[in-house]
Amino acid sequence: MTSFRLTPVTEGRRMNRSSAPAGFKERVASVWLPVKSFLERYRRQSFAYPYVLWMALFVVIPIILIGVYAFTSAEGGFTLENFSGITNYIPVFGRSLWLALVATAICFIIGYPVALAISRMDAKAQRIMLMLIMLPMWINFLLRTYAWMSLLENTGLINRMLAAIGVFDWINAMHSGNPNYTPITHFQLINTNGAVVLGMVYNYLPFMILPIQSVIVKIDPFVIEAAQDLGASSRTVFRKVIFPLSLSGVISGITMVFVPSVSTFVISRLLGGSTNMLLGDLIEMQFMGAAYNPHLGSAISLIMMAIVVICMSVMNKFGEGEEQAVVM
Amino acid sequence: MSKELIRLVECRKEFDGEVVLDSINLAIKDKEFLTLLGPSGCGKTTTLRIIGGFLKPDSGKVIFDGVKINDVPPHKRKINTVFQKYALFTHLNVFENIAFGLRIQRPKLSEKEITRRVQEALELVALKGYEKRSVSQLSGGQQQRIAIARAIVNRPQVLLLDEPLGALDLKLRKDMQRELKQIQQQVGITFIYVTHDQEEALTMSDTVVVMNKGEIQQIGTPVDIYNEPNNAFVADFIGESNIIDGIMVSDHLVRMYGRNFPCLDEGFAPNESIDVVVRPEDIDIVPVEQGQITGTVTDVTFKGMQYDIIVDFQGFKWLIQTTDHSPVGAKIGVKIDPDGFHIMKKSEYSGLYGDYSSYSAEYDELSADPGDGGQEDE
Repeated sequence: MTSFRLTPVTEGRRMNRSSAPAGFKERVASVWLPVKSFLERYRRQSFAYPYVLWMALFVVIPIILIGVYAFTSAEGGFTLENFSGITNYIPVFGRSLWLALVATAICFIIGYPVALAISRMDAKAQRIMLMLIMLPMWINFLLRTYAWMSLLENTGLINRMLAAIGVFDWINAMHSGNPNYTPITHFQLINTNGAVVLGMVYNYLPFMILPIQSVIVKIDPFVIEAAQDLGASSRTVFRKVIFPLSLSGVISGITMVFVPSVSTFVISRLLGGSTNMLLGDLIEMQFMGAAYNPHLGSAISLIMMAIVVICMSVMNKFGEGEEQAVVM
Repeated sequence: MSKELIRLVECRKEFDGEVVLDSINLAIKDKEFLTLLGPSGCGKTTTLRIIGGFLKPDSGKVIFDGVKINDVPPHKRKINTVFQKYALFTHLNVFENIAFGLRIQRPKLSEKEITRRVQEALELVALKGYEKRSVSQLSGGQQQRIAIARAIVNRPQVLLLDEPLGALDLKLRKDMQRELKQIQQQVGITFIYVTHDQEEALTMSDTVVVMNKGEIQQIGTPVDIYNEPNNAFVADFIGESNIIDGIMVSDHLVRMYGRNFPCLDEGFAPNESIDVVVRPEDIDIVPVEQGQITGTVTDVTFKGMQYDIIVDFQGFKWLIQTTDHSPVGAKIGVKIDPDGFHIMKKSEYSGLYGDYSSYSAEYDELSADPGDGGQEDE
């Protein structure tokens, strides 16, 4: 049958062209219909499958791998040595957590008033302000950090400007009577903890402002009026109504600043110099650097993850009631 | 009840060049239940917000207890508000919501005093034992009671209520009306109540202020407003009214449809052109030969307590409410007693209302829809 149908090649081609849609349709249908009925049955959920697959492949499996690496030695056997070796790096843990904490605190102190101010503007001004805050993010992260390097370097823009207006001459002149004094030609700005914190604040500040602002604008203006009506001055309204109702935004802001800050390695590499190593650098070194030891790197990563998860769950517990309140 | 507490003098307010309040003059007595009644956009909420201090009048004075308070911010006025959508603090439980105003009072109240007064307020709104609940767990009616308790616990001299029952269903609304009136009598303070629901206004108020287009149309007791409306707008807005063009021939004699009817009204110029109001329930249906005028039934709706009958009198359709059924198409006569007539001077509203040509069974449901109030100021 088949051969018969296919024999007149030219004829068949032409025939096929005209009859192809029917045969093709059936074949497509045989594959498509079960898929379609499956999709229809799980219509909503099916949209999430690509992402679920993505997450499984590139998030869940790697995390499992990290776990496996962390508890094995280079020879492949089970070991806890990777973890016991970590005690050498406690200062790095300490500095990472401390700098991330400082950066998060500064972001909050700068970001909250900005978010509050923006949320009181009219809709058009709000859009413009939010765009301005997002604007730096359109520029590559690495590029922005390099830009700070050229500003902060010993021969960078800031030091050259200070020299040009005679700041160093003036300082040196003040110490002219002291024989032990060595004249300075610049301030040490780069390769300091301060520069690292600056880099974190600069890069992650929008992540503090945006969630807080989005929560504050959703507060019902009548609730604020109700508080005023009950005798609250504007300071009391803020303290007893606006701030508690904005806590869920504060918590997501803190999360979104703290987590990338504690794990960054680009900022500390470029602005902190080789002496101010952070956790991110340490982990990166174990995988890419001279110290190649993915087992130790995995162990450090696991512990960092644990610290972050603990921090976040404490934060969430703290703000649980408010979270629900805002969802309402 | 006699002392004057609040007075608005020539209060005017514009939003974006649109006049929302046009020179309002209003005196509110102490311990009075006063209702600002009118359709959406009539300026009632604006008036309330001016009294509450959330808006400043562009011109005119707000006087409280003899003192001008135009520039006193809301938190310094001895006035509290119950908001339309409750505006409860969702981050606080029931107790803390009610205690909010007490906690920020200076000098500080003792914890014992706060607890006592919160309990008292909860008792007043019949929600004892709900202290620890989260406000989001409460039903609409319960949330509204909390809002009332929260406002009353501060012992204000005046309580402002902005369509507080607007979001509740009909049955609950009726219960709450009665309860609110009771609460007002119990605490003995002035209530200023905003609503677009005329029945609510008539049920609860000592004084009703009917507003439209930023102006006060009439101030009076519910009985006055119903029986002696000032103009066609008030007559139409409060209850059902047939409003007919007429001439006041002399005192106690009104002429319409080319016939003279005896009435009780007086004090008009001879042959003055006027509007005649006849309430649907004041009309008796009689056999054609006994009728003062005769017409044809065009529509009958059974309403439970009565029939709503639409009758065509020479092209002008009347609404008659009666317990006797008349079939569509029947010729009937009607008789109106002298006290069934109410005569009004001609106004800008003459000829706009009172004809029931567009009447339909859904009419009542449409007019009872509470979903349109409150937003007029935005």
